Amino acid sequence: MGRRGVSPGSTAHRTVEAVWRIESARIIAALARLVRDVGLAEELAQDALVAALEQWPRDGVPDNPGAWLMAVGKRRAVDLIRRHETYERKLAELGHRQEVVADPDADFDAVLTDRIEDDLLRLVFVACHPVLSTEARVALTLRLLGGLTTDEIARAFLVAEPTVAQRIVRAKRNLAEADVPFEVPEGPDRVDRLASVLEVIYLVFNEGYSATAGDDWVRPGLCDDALRLGRILAELMPDEPEVHGLVALMEIQASRLRARIGPDGEPVLLLDQDRRRWDRLLIRRGLAALGRVALGPAPVGRADGPYVLQARIAACHALAATPEETDWRRIASLYDTLATVAPSPVVELNRAVAVSMAYGPEAGLRLVDALLAEPALRGYHLLPSVRGDLLAKLGRAAEARIEFVKAATLTRNERERTLLLDRADGLA
Amino acid sequence: MRFMVILKGEAQGEAPSEELVDAMIKYNEELVKAGILLAAEGLFDSSRGARVVTAGGRKSVIDGPFTEAKELIAGFYLIQVRSLAEAVEWAKRCPVEVAIRGTDREAVVEIRQVAEADEVPTFTEEQVAAERRIREQLSGGA
Repeated sequence: MGRRGVSPGSTAHRTVEAVWRIESARIIAALARLVRDVGLAEELAQDALVAALEQWPRDGVPDNPGAWLMAVGKRRAVDLIRRHETYERKLAELGHRQEVVADPDADFDAVLTDRIEDDLLRLVFVACHPVLSTEARVALTLRLLGGLTTDEIARAFLVAEPTVAQRIVRAKRNLAEADVPFEVPEGPDRVDRLASVLEVIYLVFNEGYSATAGDDWVRPGLCDDALRLGRILAELMPDEPEVHGLVALMEIQASRLRARIGPDGEPVLLLDQDRRRWDRLLIRRGLAALGRVALGPAPVGRADGPYVLQARIAACHALAATPEETDWRRIASLYDTLATVAPSPVVELNRAVAVSMAYGPEAGLRLVDALLAEPALRGYHLLPSVRGDLLAKLGRAAEARIEFVKAATLTRNERERTLLLDRADGLA
Repeated sequence: MRFMVILKGEAQGEAPSEELVDAMIKYNEELVKAGILLAAEGLFDSSRGARVVTAGGRKSVIDGPFTEAKELIAGFYLIQVRSLAEAVEWAKRCPVEVAIRGTDREAVVEIRQVAEADEVPTFTEEQVAAERRIREQLSGGA
């Protein structure tokens, strides 16, 4: 294979974009090891991208485009370090403190190919660092690890492009100011830091799975991005059960994406879904990921974490060929455990639903009513929605109607609002 | 978007070289690490296969091997990526050159987008429903 002639314009541009999406995380990660600054590494990688956009349409796409980008990025990094060293030396001569920017003994070639997986993992943890706001973590993760452009992130989250750009600039500055080391946390910190990483990925997934705003009920592209990040992480951290739990949860939930949308774009709830539309390939993958949970070196007495538990619940639904075959007692019991491992009002609400299915609407309603005073659920549309459902099952139509109307006023999703108002009308 | 990346050609009877197997394993690992590989299979050469040919109202069975190597399928990957361009980039990285080294054969990797029944415009509603039923039976409740 020689250099292919690439017609100028869109074809070469699409190739550059595709290569960028495949390679950017590895390039940024490797450069971050060199310059010890994720923001700077990203800018160097961007320089390489710009060079590709200039040269590939003119000269053709190189045979090994990833190595090409890496080499350009590395060259820029080395130039920068040399310039900086000269500068530091001059400062030192003037009596200022000398700062070492990069490991002076680093073998640049080895550094870039060696242990790239370790660098990627470091990049994951830095992008999801707790000094950053949640929004910043999400934007930075999609940008640095997902290879998304600022514009793609903005469109995915329905915010203006400059807002995302600013978020990323500020995030990079925050990381530099906080002097966040380019490393994978060890020790007591590690559990919380991993939780932050998983949270960011699941947030991305959920924004695609049940969009909190906008006209569309689902945005599958975001689910795919989150799944991809999750699968990458599972290969980087094969011994972490919760990573596999998250992947399993996302695979199984994604298997229902098609079934969640009706012919007119309206949402279809789990029990009303046509299960033949569930994606069996993703279900199998989800169950396989759940199988990997048990394969790690399980520390004695370590119980299932929240993602593994949620994945097990999702698997219960996936394994039921019809809604009637759902093992609600097992699901209720998994929610009991989840409520102790990761207590939250939302988990309680879900537990109430499971209990109502396993033991009747009366039992469920008792749990829901206990949540009515919960401040965290004030304004959460699913509380009146679930309550309305249980009241309707108990034949208390007038009360149910009020709850559905209330839920409709609370949701920010247009499709969901229509669904809720339809249910209210059905009870009139 | 899902694509099937199809390796065209015919295994040449003998077992693949150690070098080829190593290269393919490495490639498979790359696809897994990138989080895009959904499924993959390799096929035996066509001497273990057969064809059922229908023509003129008759069906006849032809046993392998088949000769038109370029039209045969040696294996496939099912990948999930953002665009055809990305699928093409992944296909370019498939180390098929190892399989043809020292020969005058050419290696072809074909990329095809997976059609979901709902997206095929010529399907009637009944056909879409029927297709789903078949899928359900095929997968036997996962």
